[in-house]
Amino acid sequence: MKNIKDVESEIISEFEAFDDWTDKYNYIIKDLGSSIPEIETEYKQPKYLIKGCQAQVWLHASYKDGKVFFTADSDAQITKGIISLLLRVLSERTPDEILNADLKFIDDIGLKEHLSPTRANGLTNMIKQIKLYAMAFKTKEKKA
Amino acid sequence: MSIDIKKIREEFPVLDQAINNKPFVYLDNAATTQKPKAVIKRLVDYYEKENSNIHRGEHFLSRKATEAYENSRNYVQSFINADNSHEVIFTSGTTESINLVASSFCKKFLNQGDEVLISAMEHHSNIVPWQIACDENKAHLKIIPINQKGELKLDEFHKMLNDKIKIIAINHISNSLGTINPVKEIIEAAHKKNIPVLLDGAQAMSHIKVDVKELDCDFYCFSGHKVYGPMGVGVLYGKEKWLNKMPPYQSGGEMISEVTFKKTTFNNLPFKFEAGTPNVADVLALKESLIFMSSLNYNDIQKHENDLKEYLTNNLKQLDKIKFIGTSSKKTSVVSFIFEDIHPSDTGIILDNMGIAVRTGHHCTQPIMDFYKIPGTVRASMAIYNTKEDIDRLIEGLKFVRKMFS
Repeated sequence: MKNIKDVESEIISEFEAFDDWTDKYNYIIKDLGSSIPEIETEYKQPKYLIKGCQAQVWLHASYKDGKVFFTADSDAQITKGIISLLLRVLSERTPDEILNADLKFIDDIGLKEHLSPTRANGLTNMIKQIKLYAMAFKTKEKKA
Repeated sequence: MSIDIKKIREEFPVLDQAINNKPFVYLDNAATTQKPKAVIKRLVDYYEKENSNIHRGEHFLSRKATEAYENSRNYVQSFINADNSHEVIFTSGTTESINLVASSFCKKFLNQGDEVLISAMEHHSNIVPWQIACDENKAHLKIIPINQKGELKLDEFHKMLNDKIKIIAINHISNSLGTINPVKEIIEAAHKKNIPVLLDGAQAMSHIKVDVKELDCDFYCFSGHKVYGPMGVGVLYGKEKWLNKMPPYQSGGEMISEVTFKKTTFNNLPFKFEAGTPNVADVLALKESLIFMSSLNYNDIQKHENDLKEYLTNNLKQLDKIKFIGTSSKKTSVVSFIFEDIHPSDTGIILDNMGIAVRTGHHCTQPIMDFYKIPGTVRASMAIYNTKEDIDRLIEGLKFVRKMFS
């Protein structure tokens, strides 16, 4: 499996191919949105909801063979596409890989405005939650 | 039309720029209005030529700033037609004004088992302070319900009135629906039972003439930044008879008369409620924003803004799957809507990329969104400087949104 940096570079070059913002958002809405590792219906409930100011995001994490597997969904299409990107980078990784990821690629592909930590939105909270899951699994493994 | 919108737009430098390489369209005026040159200049002038602390200093600048500050208070007094200038308290905004009353009034007058009455269409800042006050005093918060159009159910309100209610707090105009509430009827009915009424006027000041004497409200709260003034300043108007009976809200300098380690006696109105160094620059600039308002005529403002609202509403009706949220016949220039099949957040992101600023989300009125069972709305709110071209751009943007999500 490719490492995080490789996947990020891959995404950056995909986005470089777009001439204007509409192509970029079309890709996010139509292609990325549908390729999200979709959350199982049983987990699409308030317990797994990450509340944000705008869109709702559901996130579920499981731990297997030293790696964290995420599934997610959102009621907003653009948010869903961006989550799909994030999970492409962060799912099926070890807790350390997740905790060390700086996610600078988001900046490079011009989507920073959706992830700024100063803005109260579901995505920022989701990254926090992803890192919290990684931390929790790491701690649990140490104890075991 | 008797007002020259092009000329008015020239007073607002922020409008003259490109956002995302497109001429900026600003339709988020219910969140905050832009500032005319005179307001900006007043802030700069104060800090360049007049800055000093007020009320205490003997020196020239302090005297000058004190005079300008109190002049501003007098201007606000006459603008809202209050009886006395000491009934005008400067705060940081509507939120602080409401918090002041919720905290101070309730400490004195709210007891166990009493009730506070608000409505189902309040901004969070006119819900939470009362919730906290009710919790602290073991009192109950009661809610006037609304109908599907986004109007208060007045018959229910009249039935709810009882002697346990110690204060009623409602918005003059709803921020997420634009509904202009029948506040005079509410105040008259409340006063028959000697219940005071606080009006959250944040959304009213830039659209309709506010006359506190005619309304006969007991408290009126507004923010400078929603009436073309600066951020960080607002007003609490309160009837003297209530303000005099209420204990201080915050304590410190300015609000005292005499301090010893044994006892402090408090200053008179309005200073009793203005602890610490006030926000002098913004208070002075607030006056400029009200002078700007006075240079216009409310009939002209309403005609212009209402024309824009009608124009937008009619154009929206031509689009597929549009649902309006808030359809009262008595509304200001706030149009809240959703595409039934597109999330408001998606709509907002695409519009932003087209240089169009609207507000999407729950607008700090989550109970209203729960009532309509929607995640939020797209809200376009117009001000005096908006034009039909702005609306055309929005409609063009929405057609593009529809295309992208189909």
